[in-house]
Amino acid sequence: MNSFTPDRRSLLKGGGTLLAAAATMSSEQLLGLAKAWAQAAPWKPEPGAKINLLRWKRFVEAEDVAFMKIVDAFQKATGVAINVSNESYDDIQPKASVAANTGQGLDLVWGLYSLPFLFPSKCVDMTDVADYLGKKCGGWAPSGEAYGKADGKWIGIPVAATGSLVNYRVAAAEKAGHKEFPKDLGGFADLIKGMNKNGTPAGMALGHASGDANGWLHWALWAHGGNLIDKSNKVVINSPETAKALDYVKGLYDNFIPGTASWNDSSNNKAFLAGQLYLTVNGISIYVTARKENPQIAEDMNHAHLPAGVDGKTRELNLSFPILVFTFTKYPQACKAFTAFLLEPEQYNPWIEAAQGYLSPFLNDYTKNPIWTADPKNTPYREVATLANTPAGVGQMGENAAAAIADFVLVDMFANYCTGREDVKTAMASAERSAKRIFR
Amino acid sequence: MSTLQTSMPAQAAAVDTRSLWSRLRTNRNWVALWFMLPAAAFLILFLAYPLGLGVWMSFTDERIGRGGVFIGLENYEWLWDDAIFWLSVFNTLLYTIVASAIKFAIGLYLALLLNRHMPFKAMIRSIVLIPFIVPTVLSAIAFWWIYDSQFSIISWSLIKLGLIDHNINFLGDSNLARGSVIFANIWRGVPFVAITLLAGLQTVSPSLYEAAVLDGATNWQRFRYITYPLLTPIIAVVMTFSVLFTFTDFQLIWALTRGGPVNATHLMATLSYQRGIISGRLGEGAAIATAMIPFLMAAIAISWFGMQRRKWQQGSNND
Repeated sequence: MNSFTPDRRSLLKGGGTLLAAAATMSSEQLLGLAKAWAQAAPWKPEPGAKINLLRWKRFVEAEDVAFMKIVDAFQKATGVAINVSNESYDDIQPKASVAANTGQGLDLVWGLYSLPFLFPSKCVDMTDVADYLGKKCGGWAPSGEAYGKADGKWIGIPVAATGSLVNYRVAAAEKAGHKEFPKDLGGFADLIKGMNKNGTPAGMALGHASGDANGWLHWALWAHGGNLIDKSNKVVINSPETAKALDYVKGLYDNFIPGTASWNDSSNNKAFLAGQLYLTVNGISIYVTARKENPQIAEDMNHAHLPAGVDGKTRELNLSFPILVFTFTKYPQACKAFTAFLLEPEQYNPWIEAAQGYLSPFLNDYTKNPIWTADPKNTPYREVATLANTPAGVGQMGENAAAAIADFVLVDMFANYCTGREDVKTAMASAERSAKRIFR
Repeated sequence: MSTLQTSMPAQAAAVDTRSLWSRLRTNRNWVALWFMLPAAAFLILFLAYPLGLGVWMSFTDERIGRGGVFIGLENYEWLWDDAIFWLSVFNTLLYTIVASAIKFAIGLYLALLLNRHMPFKAMIRSIVLIPFIVPTVLSAIAFWWIYDSQFSIISWSLIKLGLIDHNINFLGDSNLARGSVIFANIWRGVPFVAITLLAGLQTVSPSLYEAAVLDGATNWQRFRYITYPLLTPIIAVVMTFSVLFTFTDFQLIWALTRGGPVNATHLMATLSYQRGIISGRLGEGAAIATAMIPFLMAAIAISWFGMQRRKWQQGSNND
């Protein structure tokens, strides 16, 4: 086709890569950069390296195209073959877990939340990559370190996060009496009540939705001063603060669109885009889709951070996307090189631009990317890393906190109370018991 | 024959001089065992070993990615006062009993209908099989749309007809969700029961019915005293399978509700997966899976003993 020698490997790579290469405007340029980078990089891929990479299935198409472009450039510059497979949010973790347990199948996983913390002993120490990137790109946000480090060493690189922020219809919020988006808990509750009264209801997932439900319910707990575990990882969920959070969420739930207890991660996207839902908590993907398919909704919607808690501080649980390298890979250097390459400005900047706000950075320099200010509706997603907490909250991120979020301990507690299955005391007691089972 | 005659006395004569191994090698009673060995090895490797490993795991605190140590009954002790576990046991029993009973009733009725002579018989029979052929995940996704809290076709139709004024909360309300998943399971399971029972019906000799008609037997009497007794062994087999499939169902629930709302549809299988694989506690997940074994054994035992009781199985009449 062109100057590249079509060796056996590039023939085997198949249609996907060709397609991505065809969509490339500056693939030649990118390749030149990639070659120069590979010369200078501290990680030298093993000769003949083949990497199996698993990533979550894209929510924003352009992001995936840009990602594959980077993969392509890396393959051509270094001769490393990368086989990318995609799985939906919910299937990433079981697949990665099986690979971790059997010690084969995957080399690199780009997953969600605290995935590396489920099996820290199976993750390659990435401290050198993290230090290299931190030095080059203005340092890591504190939440980035919390998401990457276990016992002083980096077990994964938090590539990006997607913010669980409020998506709302401007006209409906104004009609409910809020020209400006409320900044405190009382105002937020009032907004949701008013919207329901006007027949333009809000709704947030209370089902087993790993991203959506965990996100806003952790915020609600933290905003009222509640915590699942304290600083020394002791279970402290059974507290008056939690009871306040439960009552607050119940107040919101009673004004939600019916059915949120059965919602999964895609339910609110569908309902919002169909014009049936007027406020929810989500990544920027609704807006990105609306701009393409439903411009009236895009025009009328905006984003905001969840309101501050009783102490005046906002603490959100945003969906982090860490990348990890398994200890049993035969090509650790190639994996590290790829991870570093991915987060270099030349690659990362166009990539987050293509993601249109879906990927928020943990590396400080990338908050200067024009994507965050070009459209003011994107701006709230810039601060995701600043306000993010790990699922451990004030505690130490680790295996147990990762298990607690995967087992929906908090989501079940809130849903139990909101749907009237249990009263406040019982709901807290069952959550306490579940948490103690995990943190034993 | 001649080899047999020569080898027997030779073996008896040399009994003291040959080693134990060489005697075992030629002993005719042991030959059977040698021949069974490959099959036994296969069973042990692929059936007994995984099962044993699962049971062993339930006594350890194994997690994903690292081995566990023996902790005795600790996993079971935690499960014993775990409300979610007991809820899942209740859900599983409810799901199995209700779904199996309805599947049997509808399946038997369908089989009796299909056994009649009618035009396009072969085609209708194959159409009945369709729900069984569709991959579970596909039909689960179809049901997921049917039950969607905002876009349900059922809610939509009823609203357009003016019968209700808001969407039905199929998967968001505990009891409705249970009903919905049971309905989906029945939809999938009926063809298996119906077609298998139909196969059983075809083996019943028409002459029995003719004789009964001559004796003036009513429709009900013919069913009760000819069809039902002759069908019993097939019913036992079909229902054993049906109960086992339903009890261990996973895909349908996982695709539809993931055990929600608030664990109202969590079955033991889905809970075991959530705890074992999703949150990484293999030991605990294995304990939940192991806790299913007694129930399954009981189901098998009931139908097995039920089948043994039928006299005709030993060749005599079923009088």
